[in-house]
Amino acid sequence: MIAPRTPSPLQLEAAAIRGEPSWLTSARQAALACFSETGLPTVKDEDWRFTNLAPLAGISFDPISRPMRGHLSNETLARLPFSGLGGSRLVFVNGHFSPELSSIAEEEEDVKIMGLADAVAGEPALIERHLFRLAQKNATPFASLNAALFQDGAFIHIPEGRKASGPMHLFYISIPDVSAEAVYPRSLIIAEAGASLTITESYLSVGDARYLTSGVTELIVGDNATVEYMKFQDESFHSFHMGTLAVSAGRDSHVRLHSMAFGGKLSRTNIHTTLAGEGVECVLNGLYLVGDEQLADHYMIVDHAVPRGTSHEYFNGILAAKSRGVFHGRIIVRPGAQKTDAKQTNKNLLLSDDATVDTKPQLEIYADDVKCTHGATVGQLSDEAIFYLRSRGIPLEKARQMLIYAFAGEIIDRILCEPLRRELNERVWNRLKENQPAAAILSCPTTSPNFTRN
Amino acid sequence: MTEPILAIQNLRAGVEGHEILKGIDLTIHVGETHALMGPNGSGKSTLAAILAGREGYKISEGKVDYCGKDLLELAPEERAREGLFLAFQYPVEIPGVNSTYFLKAAYNELQKHRGQPELDAADFLVFVRERVKLLDLDDALLKRAVNEGFSGGEKKRNEIFQMAVLEPKLAILDETDSGLDIDALKIVARGVNKLKRPGNAQLVITHYQRLLNFIVPDFVHVLHDGRIVRSGGKELALELEERGYDWLTQEAP
Repeated sequence: MIAPRTPSPLQLEAAAIRGEPSWLTSARQAALACFSETGLPTVKDEDWRFTNLAPLAGISFDPISRPMRGHLSNETLARLPFSGLGGSRLVFVNGHFSPELSSIAEEEEDVKIMGLADAVAGEPALIERHLFRLAQKNATPFASLNAALFQDGAFIHIPEGRKASGPMHLFYISIPDVSAEAVYPRSLIIAEAGASLTITESYLSVGDARYLTSGVTELIVGDNATVEYMKFQDESFHSFHMGTLAVSAGRDSHVRLHSMAFGGKLSRTNIHTTLAGEGVECVLNGLYLVGDEQLADHYMIVDHAVPRGTSHEYFNGILAAKSRGVFHGRIIVRPGAQKTDAKQTNKNLLLSDDATVDTKPQLEIYADDVKCTHGATVGQLSDEAIFYLRSRGIPLEKARQMLIYAFAGEIIDRILCEPLRRELNERVWNRLKENQPAAAILSCPTTSPNFTRN
Repeated sequence: MTEPILAIQNLRAGVEGHEILKGIDLTIHVGETHALMGPNGSGKSTLAAILAGREGYKISEGKVDYCGKDLLELAPEERAREGLFLAFQYPVEIPGVNSTYFLKAAYNELQKHRGQPELDAADFLVFVRERVKLLDLDDALLKRAVNEGFSGGEKKRNEIFQMAVLEPKLAILDETDSGLDIDALKIVARGVNKLKRPGNAQLVITHYQRLLNFIVPDFVHVLHDGRIVRSGGKELALELEERGYDWLTQEAP
């Protein structure tokens, strides 16, 4: 069923990358058919109960065809988050790879870092083996839309046993066009057995436009591999962000996933993690920091398919003004997945009487020798703590900022990559500091005014 | 005689619909140590909270003069910057806020207010490491979150440590002795005594006489049902120890 008031996606045509193989073309057609059949989800759909997509009405789903990279000044590029940390970076503007804005660190030449469209031609075996495998199973309508319409994204391949040196950074920057309003970046990241990788994906926008980002990233972590991944979503306050991250973790791998949702009018992040091999240690860690009338929704599925997997989920939400938070945490423990250790915590800090949060844990346990816990809290800043700080000379506003920052810090502290953690710390602190008073902390421009609402 | 640091006149206050302080008069001059004693529920902690500026109390009458200023008009942070310090009976745990960071922020607010240069992180660390020795505190505590996971004794010592860093003009110690064993009590008392200066003053609130063996007061006041029913020298505390509070509360008009 197609939701009323949205333009019929039936009119959409699947995109094609120049010279793409026929399996990909058929897969795109199948994905488009799948989307056409289900249409946009409504609040009657249990998975979308708390997130009404009506504000998307009137958005054109046609992909923006022009990269418009000329609109990016050097000054803007210098303000990209994490850009001071060095390492390789790939920049995508409106879903198109921009080689001239990208740079690949020399020491990583045996590692494959390229645009996905180039990889479709250049690495056909790897692409055919991995692309669509994780995200197209039980795909959300937006992931299907992405499969049908993506034009480019990143392809990262870390060979067996290779330890990637510094963190890598992928940037998806949107500069909306007058004629179209949607971008569909799609990336594929593979860390082979024993490899290690630290990688960030940042979704940003130039200007204050209303548009839709519907991104998909597939992350394949091989046996004994170690991956630290961070998604940093800080798009325009008028934009819609529908993201999917699908992860498969191999035997004895260590996976640490961070999701930072700060921007967007309405953002939804689906993270589907499958513990595919035994002995996986997985940390899922996230922070949503929203104000105004923003809505930030995280939909998590952790699938313990085999024994001895550990997954620890920590999500904190900070909600100001009339913002809304949604956290949906589903843990599946398959039959036979004994000795599973799954923990889920969702804590929310409401900074105003008008902010709301919906949190929904969902445990489906089909094995008997497991340890599964979940907990959710919704609270406000502690008056006792504020008074304690003030009684030592710290002004009210700063006391509040310190406490909000501390709440965010619980999440930030779980980032292992030190330079990354430091920069994120600074960005969050600056954001809290710049916006006065604290009850409306997030309704003003961010630290990088070129990227957001002015 | 010197100007008083604190002059409380006929202070009546309470929470909505319930009067707790029923006309307190108390004057403290520089160089003095006062002890405020009294049975549970007499209003000792309420007085401390009102002096520090805790919200939620209704002042119905009276005034409090602090160093020539109307104390009740000042926000809690302004009182602190003017040199008033409350050592909490129940220090608050603040997860995620680093102790050193917190103390540096507090110290620099005071420096700013006094027109003195602020200390940077490195200089501040040198300064606090020296002060932390005064309380026999493990300086590993400085790296932890404020009071988080501290034992009862550590929390109380941490309060006095903060006092050592902030060097207040008037320190109010609210039942700092409660929950301390005798060794910790001695450490706390030694710290408080070392911080005594000719230019500052202390108001020690306690239920028991025990603490006053180590922090010897110049004056002792007994609070009962929201009023000071007896004032005297340090020997009054010993008398209370011997006879309990009953002889005073029954004598009271």
